[in-house]
Amino acid sequence: MTVPEVNLAQAANLALARAMQNDPRVLILGEDVGRDGGVFRVTDGLWKRFGDARVIDTPLAEAAIAGVSVGLAAQGFLPVAEIQFTGFIYPAIDQLLNHAARLRTRTRGRLTCPMVLRSPCGGGIRAPEHHSESPEAILAHIPGLRVVIPSSPARAYGLLLAAIRDPDPVVFLEPTRLYRAAREEVADDGVALPLDRCFVLRRGGDVTIVTWGASVLEAMEAAERLEAEGASAEVIDVATLHPLDQDTIVESVRRTGRCVIVHEAPMSGGWGAEIAARIAEHALTSLLAPVLRVTGYDTVMPLPRLEARYLPTAGRVVAAARRVLEFA
Amino acid sequence: MVQTAAPSVSPARFIDPAGAAVRPLPAFARDPAELIRLYRAMVLTRAFDAKAVALQRTGRLGTFASSLGQEAVAVGAAAAMRPEDVFVPSFREQGGQLWRGVTAIELLTYWGGDERGSDFKVPREDFPGAIPVASHAPHAVGAALAFKLRGEPRAAVCILGDGATSKGDFAEALNIAGVWKVPAVFVINNNGWAISVPVERQTAAETLAHKAVAAGIAGERADGNDVVAVRDAVDRALARARAGGGSGLIEAVTYRLGDHTTADDASRYRDDALVSARWREEPIRRLREYLTGIGQWSREKEEALLATVGEQIEAAATAYLAMPPRSPETMFDHAFARLPGDLAAQRAAASAEGQ
Repeated sequence: MTVPEVNLAQAANLALARAMQNDPRVLILGEDVGRDGGVFRVTDGLWKRFGDARVIDTPLAEAAIAGVSVGLAAQGFLPVAEIQFTGFIYPAIDQLLNHAARLRTRTRGRLTCPMVLRSPCGGGIRAPEHHSESPEAILAHIPGLRVVIPSSPARAYGLLLAAIRDPDPVVFLEPTRLYRAAREEVADDGVALPLDRCFVLRRGGDVTIVTWGASVLEAMEAAERLEAEGASAEVIDVATLHPLDQDTIVESVRRTGRCVIVHEAPMSGGWGAEIAARIAEHALTSLLAPVLRVTGYDTVMPLPRLEARYLPTAGRVVAAARRVLEFA
Repeated sequence: MVQTAAPSVSPARFIDPAGAAVRPLPAFARDPAELIRLYRAMVLTRAFDAKAVALQRTGRLGTFASSLGQEAVAVGAAAAMRPEDVFVPSFREQGGQLWRGVTAIELLTYWGGDERGSDFKVPREDFPGAIPVASHAPHAVGAALAFKLRGEPRAAVCILGDGATSKGDFAEALNIAGVWKVPAVFVINNNGWAISVPVERQTAAETLAHKAVAAGIAGERADGNDVVAVRDAVDRALARARAGGGSGLIEAVTYRLGDHTTADDASRYRDDALVSARWREEPIRRLREYLTGIGQWSREKEEALLATVGEQIEAAATAYLAMPPRSPETMFDHAFARLPGDLAAQRAAASAEGQ
């Protein structure tokens, strides 16, 4: 059997189809997910294949998309809901925070909420206002909620399958910039990847670059440029931001003694701050330099003409890595 | 598109405040035993509320929302349900929860600040009361969609307050329920007040039942102090929903005779004289007068019932107060199905803190 080369959007589509094929409890709901196949075509063909009862176009109502999913999940379905862009996810956060993420706790396990909320995230595709947000830290702060961001087609496939099979609510943020950025072979074998674990994308001994989502591209490019300069960078894709696989990050920083954290979201209170705090708590005596962050600025995400100046670039990552490498 | 008639402004009523039947009663209410069952449930609810308030006043229970004067709403709605239906209540529906089998001990445990109180032994699929107003309305739609997709003859019944009808999640839920024709019935406990804001400053709509019109679902008003009217309206809405006719909205018009919760002092914003006048309409006396009038109730029966209910509630309070506290690490028990390593360390820390 030949393994097809697919992009991230197609890989997510394969995972959705596989999950629906294997488990009749899996449902898809959201705006334009049916006949239209989703504005990024992630649900393309699923309505035709699985029908109205399993791929459900909803009215335009983000709070209710999440809230209806809570009701479906409590009743034993495995809803995979889509919020069309993360800029519109905020009304749904009420449902995620007040209900989805705490239903298990507040009923002592009597009712549970095995739902997935998918949403395209991040900048770099010259999209309109409110279409380029990175709210992962807002979501990762919510107890009881898993927050997952894939950074390649294969990881999108395996992590989305894992998210759907997970017995608890998962927010699955798909970087729009990666949807069609690259293709790779993805075996549609139904094998899930582990949640709660970082992926080490590149081994290195001089500096640890911690990142997730689309910034993985810049981190990998920076690592190559550093290699040319004679510095070996380890690149960690956090993938599941919450709950955090602290051990993989701490183990790496204990070896390298230096760390740069890269994310698109604003710096202050970003998830990089949490990771830096964990490093301070668990790897302080190994640190040879301050932990630096390369992030979006603490400004509103600019409209497309300036977004390239807002998003972390490989150049900024290299510069930060040089600073920690040169720290006396 | 659904042709939805504007609801009648005058709430449907069978038994008037003086306890007289104003029109022929529906079939269930022609059985005195069934009426007595409803009466006992409302008396039990009032006794439970009184005990819960007393426990709160003496520092032995947390903030509590009494349903004083509104007992007919939750009891009437729950009485129309089947055991396999799912109840999606807000925080003032203990009358309905008790009817469906949640125990007074469980309710006190919850309001006493312990999640074990929401792990109902019965009914396992009912939602716990939602504190964020109207946020539970979409859950009823989701549960109802689950029933529809599985082809089960079940329904979800969601109770909300009048204030909830101003919220976006209520509007979204009602709208989707209309589009999908799911078996969900929304019951508005219109007790006239959202803490300090009276319903006339909550909406300019003629009635809250009119909110159903825009959603394309059936809306009607029922006298929320007449348990027969509430049950009848919910009965009919459920029958329609089970037959594939979609959702319904019932505005039960009643009055909040007490404070919003034990943390509230309604005398700050509401004239006590207004409340005194409303006591004449309250649901328990009304049904007692009716039952007495048809020779089915007496002073002796009343005294016996009050004694039984009093013992039941006292026993529940005693059991609640005797319940040993949970160990601190149990707060981690249900954070996730499997405790992540990240949280295991915090659990150990919480446990050590208590040593």
